[in-house]
Amino acid sequence: MDIWALLIIPLAAALLITLVTRKNEDLSSFISIGAIVLCFFIVFPYLLKMLGNPHMEALEQSFTWLQVKGLTIEMGTIIDPLSIIMLFIVTFVGSLIHIYSRGYMHGEHGFSRFFACLSLFIFSMLGIVLSNNFIMIFVFWELVGLASYLLIGFYFEKASAADAAKKAFLVNRVGDFGFILGIFVLYYATGTFNFIELGHIIAAGKVDSATLGLAALLIFCGAVGKSAQFPLHVWLPDAMEGPTPVSALIHAATMVAAGVYMLARASFLYSAAPHFAMMTIAYIGGFTALMAALLALGQSDIKRIIAYSTLSSLGYMVMSVGVGGTSAGMFYLTTHAFFKALLFLGAGSVIHACHTNEIWHMGKLFPKMKVTAVTFLLGSFAMMGIFPFSGFWSKDEILSAAYNADTFLFGLGVFTAFITALFMTKLLLVTFFGEKRYHGHPHESPGVMTIPLMVLSVFAVFAGLAGLPGLEPNFGTFIGGGHGHGGEHHFNYAVATISTAAVFLGIIIGYALYSKKDMHEDILAVKFPKVFRVLENRFYFDYVYDNYLVKKIYNGIAKISNFIEVYIIINFILNGIAYITRQIGRGLRLTISGQLQHYTLVMVGGVFVLMIIFVIF
Amino acid sequence: MVTLTHFLILSFILFSIGVAGVLLRRSIIIVLMSLELIFNSVNISLAAFSYYLQTLNGTVLVVFNITVAAAEVAIGLAILVNVYRSRKSINVEELNDMRY
Repeated sequence: MDIWALLIIPLAAALLITLVTRKNEDLSSFISIGAIVLCFFIVFPYLLKMLGNPHMEALEQSFTWLQVKGLTIEMGTIIDPLSIIMLFIVTFVGSLIHIYSRGYMHGEHGFSRFFACLSLFIFSMLGIVLSNNFIMIFVFWELVGLASYLLIGFYFEKASAADAAKKAFLVNRVGDFGFILGIFVLYYATGTFNFIELGHIIAAGKVDSATLGLAALLIFCGAVGKSAQFPLHVWLPDAMEGPTPVSALIHAATMVAAGVYMLARASFLYSAAPHFAMMTIAYIGGFTALMAALLALGQSDIKRIIAYSTLSSLGYMVMSVGVGGTSAGMFYLTTHAFFKALLFLGAGSVIHACHTNEIWHMGKLFPKMKVTAVTFLLGSFAMMGIFPFSGFWSKDEILSAAYNADTFLFGLGVFTAFITALFMTKLLLVTFFGEKRYHGHPHESPGVMTIPLMVLSVFAVFAGLAGLPGLEPNFGTFIGGGHGHGGEHHFNYAVATISTAAVFLGIIIGYALYSKKDMHEDILAVKFPKVFRVLENRFYFDYVYDNYLVKKIYNGIAKISNFIEVYIIINFILNGIAYITRQIGRGLRLTISGQLQHYTLVMVGGVFVLMIIFVIF
Repeated sequence: MVTLTHFLILSFILFSIGVAGVLLRRSIIIVLMSLELIFNSVNISLAAFSYYLQTLNGTVLVVFNITVAAAEVAIGLAILVNVYRSRKSINVEELNDMRY
């Protein structure tokens, strides 16, 4: 039953804070932190047990949630290597970010609300990870969407934050619509929602490949929304309106990775889906990775740069799933969770010190904030994928998987690695080195913020060793072991050399461009103003969406709905009924004359009528 | 021989006179008196039925009726006196304030 406690504890914490302890800020934050740490200590023994015996059966528990004629919906949990890794990431990174938030959010209005939302998020996220069927994962999928909405819109007095929250929620709806259609297609073909049963049915070849391809692509729509893939990527950069710990936890480490987790969870479907569907997924991933990396170059807001790098990383993971490297994708997800959470928390620490997001208002922060700068540096190296940091191993696995599947995707991946190195170098140089451009007196953040940074940086550096080729069990075989299909990976020296060369080229070019003295704006903006403007404006995606999708289609539908509401429902039906009633009343009012004898006459008349009826019948 | 029918015809005539009085007369006193007439026409038919059926039920009812009617007239006349004091009129057509 302790598995269910993983869901009950954070939910109870969220409710307790909302209903009881909201006024007491310290107590609220401790309840929330206590809940997530408790969850971590529930998960950890399971992880150790699984690591000791990677071939053990998946633990499944379920009960019937809903039963109507011909349809039974279950709620159930599943513990296997895949979910245990994800549980570990969510509870471990979550714990660190909760603790960090106590420092970062200090003195903010709505401190308790923040922690209540975080606990709600942890509850929903653990629900996704633990789900053993598609309906339950969908329910919790929507719940994380809600938590994300609440947290992006945390500063809801600010119009941009409220808009960003609404945008995230609505864009996700688009993807989720496809997701649920995909679930229905799969249910129609197999008659079950349960992952393990679905796996058996599909492995037995009882579903034709066209149906599988359709279901695979529709379910992928859910991941496109949640993991912010092209063309639904627009919400993620805007989601940075939320507080930085939220960006770290939800929009980097866990929730956006839920899409990739879900694809890995449904790997039985994706390993059986036709080549065309898989290539579509891989190309969407690869395209997102490259596009986002390019866009990151054009940004000057520290959080937006990291947000675009997250998009790019998510594209990598999706590409990996698309080319059949599910375990490589999960491996990247794991290392990414550590180094991206680290980068966001580091960025939060910088923002906390400088009170701005603009990197051109920072510069030379290294001597002022040594801990933040060093941990941020380590996180960046992991992100770029420099040997032997964690990102190197995981990115290499993805690139090898791409190399074996499709040369073009491999090229896309390597080029993305180059661009990533370029913009990360820019970010580092402009923020921590070079000219002093900040105002005021930035100082190192308190220990409650720097200690999580240090812990995360240890993982960002060393987590990659879990995937060391030749290690038994290493990450790939561990994940693969629970699924019955191997996550085989042979270290490919050619791939490693090419990607490392690309990264170093990126660093060198980045250094050459951004290490100049006396620089107060982006050198690319000066040299290539036109190209830069396109990047700065995010390839005009938001512009096109706003002006065509929103203004034309959305407003068109809104106008029609408005017409129906105002003229048909309100004016015709509602006011019509009121008008008829009023007219009848006006007519009947004339009979109330106040004349006693009129009433009597009616009474006598009535008696006569009754008498006549009585006599006739 | 006086039969039940004769009593009922008498009752009917009295009732009709009473109804006509209530409907047609303008003086509220006459209206009240006409109401008494209706009452008593009912009493007559009750007593006649009682005699015809050889039971006492109707007769008992008549006695009750007379008592209640007396009380009602007392209240009615009291209201009437007050109406006259405030309105200086006992014309039912002028007492038409209870309307829209």
